[in-house]
Amino acid sequence: MNTQNPILEVSNLWKTFGAVVAANDINIDVHAGEVIGIIGANGAGKTCFVNMVTGYLKPTSGSIKFEGQELVGKATRDVTISGISRSFQVSQVFTTMTVVENISIALAIAENRGMAALRPMASVALSEKCDEVLERYNMASYRDQSVSVLSQGVRKLLDIAMAVISKPRILLLDEPTSGISVEEKFEFMDVVMGALRKDDVTVLFIEHDMEIIGRYVSRVLAFYQGEIIADKPPIEALQDPKVQEFVIGKPHKKSKTGA
Amino acid sequence: MIMAFDRTDIAVLLSCIAVIVSGLFIPDWMINQFMFAFARALAVLGLMVLWRTGLVSFGHAFYFGLGAYAVAIIDNQLGVTDIFLRLIVSIVIAGIAGFLLGYVLRNYRDIFFAMLNTAISMVLYGIIVKTEALGSTDGFAISLPTLFGHSPEDKYPLFVVICIIAAACAIGVNFYLKSTYGKLTTAIRDNEVRVEYLGFSVAHAIHVKYTISACLAGAAGSLMAMSLGQVDPDSMINWTVSGELVFITILSGPGSVLAPFIGSFVFEILRTYAFEWAPQAWQAIVGGTLLTIIFFLPGGIWSLIEKIFGRKS
Repeated sequence: MNTQNPILEVSNLWKTFGAVVAANDINIDVHAGEVIGIIGANGAGKTCFVNMVTGYLKPTSGSIKFEGQELVGKATRDVTISGISRSFQVSQVFTTMTVVENISIALAIAENRGMAALRPMASVALSEKCDEVLERYNMASYRDQSVSVLSQGVRKLLDIAMAVISKPRILLLDEPTSGISVEEKFEFMDVVMGALRKDDVTVLFIEHDMEIIGRYVSRVLAFYQGEIIADKPPIEALQDPKVQEFVIGKPHKKSKTGA
Repeated sequence: MIMAFDRTDIAVLLSCIAVIVSGLFIPDWMINQFMFAFARALAVLGLMVLWRTGLVSFGHAFYFGLGAYAVAIIDNQLGVTDIFLRLIVSIVIAGIAGFLLGYVLRNYRDIFFAMLNTAISMVLYGIIVKTEALGSTDGFAISLPTLFGHSPEDKYPLFVVICIIAAACAIGVNFYLKSTYGKLTTAIRDNEVRVEYLGFSVAHAIHVKYTISACLAGAAGSLMAMSLGQVDPDSMINWTVSGELVFITILSGPGSVLAPFIGSFVFEILRTYAFEWAPQAWQAIVGGTLLTIIFFLPGGIWSLIEKIFGRKS
């Protein structure tokens, strides 16, 4: 199907916490430009997978290669620098600062690595770039507001905007629409996916909302007890009996007749 | 690298000149107050950098004491009297100690960070008190410092040097706080996970800040020792000295690099007068002042200055 080399190659990935198996021999190839939805019940190992890819958790065994480079053993920050970034289920932002200060710190870190971090941070160029980012994520009206007074939705947008500032080639979003109202979720995802398309970034996102999955992704990975039970395009995946039983929660036909 | 002076830097320079000039007219005891205050303020400046990062060290008397004792030992053993040479030795020794201990301390936060610093300082205190060669509880007297080979008659030249060093450190720290490195102080306090995920090592950032604070405390101890003309463990390394530094940090507020100098001077005057008015209960006056500040000016004295002059630095 795809003849290019995969941008992310996960092979034989295991993670155990005592008797609990959070990753059970995961093997995935991700190609540049894909938008992948990761689904699964709570505790299925979705966030654990994201944590391992981003270096927050060390796998028990296995390999994660990004553009041919091994990521296992790298610190979180080095994974970010090499080109993989993430957002969080509970937004991780600087709560005592304003929106624009959050963005400017993210920009300053991304643009001033090493000794350059000693250069004065405030500059016109930086503030113009901040405004550009705010514009792109529809947050211009919140520019000078303190993050502590913002709604969950705006915080999530800010979280994602900050993750993208380092210009990652792969972005992992952990439940981007959790905590966002049903009315706003599509508008929110349109803003996010629209902004990401401009950056040409490969996206993997964890999501519980099957409407969002059906609308935005090109491929679905379904997790169950640390295992990938389906790796298919969304329409097929959502109809897969295993997925229906273990992820969506509808008992599939066999168990119905059996009961 | 572009280094532009901002309002704070100009305020520091002008204040420095004003204080140096005023030194020609004010009485000797006042000059002493300025010297003690500004020397101590350098350590407070370092604590301010840590405080902005969300870290309170309750043991910076360790570096203060190292700086002070370095002066005493090179004076008594080697006869080094040059003010700058003494200062450099103190900073280097405190800096190396801070850099090495930083590998341990950068892994701790909150009360663990605070008390681990205390523990380290009390080990040094214990060693000095028990060691005859290090002056034990009596300490050492220190000869008057010389300046480029000249032996000044009075303390004015030392006062001028302290003012200039204080201004240079304030401007240096201000420059640092404006950089990406420096701006990470509040960011680290707010959310370490995000800083790591933005691609910056929190441990490294804290290590740098800790080493800077150690160097500043070393310089403070060095200048204090030269101003006092003597060192002893109780006035240089005991935990009460660390407490005093934290006290002044809260009194000053973290708002500006000028704050530690104002706060430190207020503290010096407050203590002097409190002692004069109520020799038996001066601590109660000092403590009451701190409580008042915490209740009514949580941003310290600096926040009052901001309100009066309507400026933010």
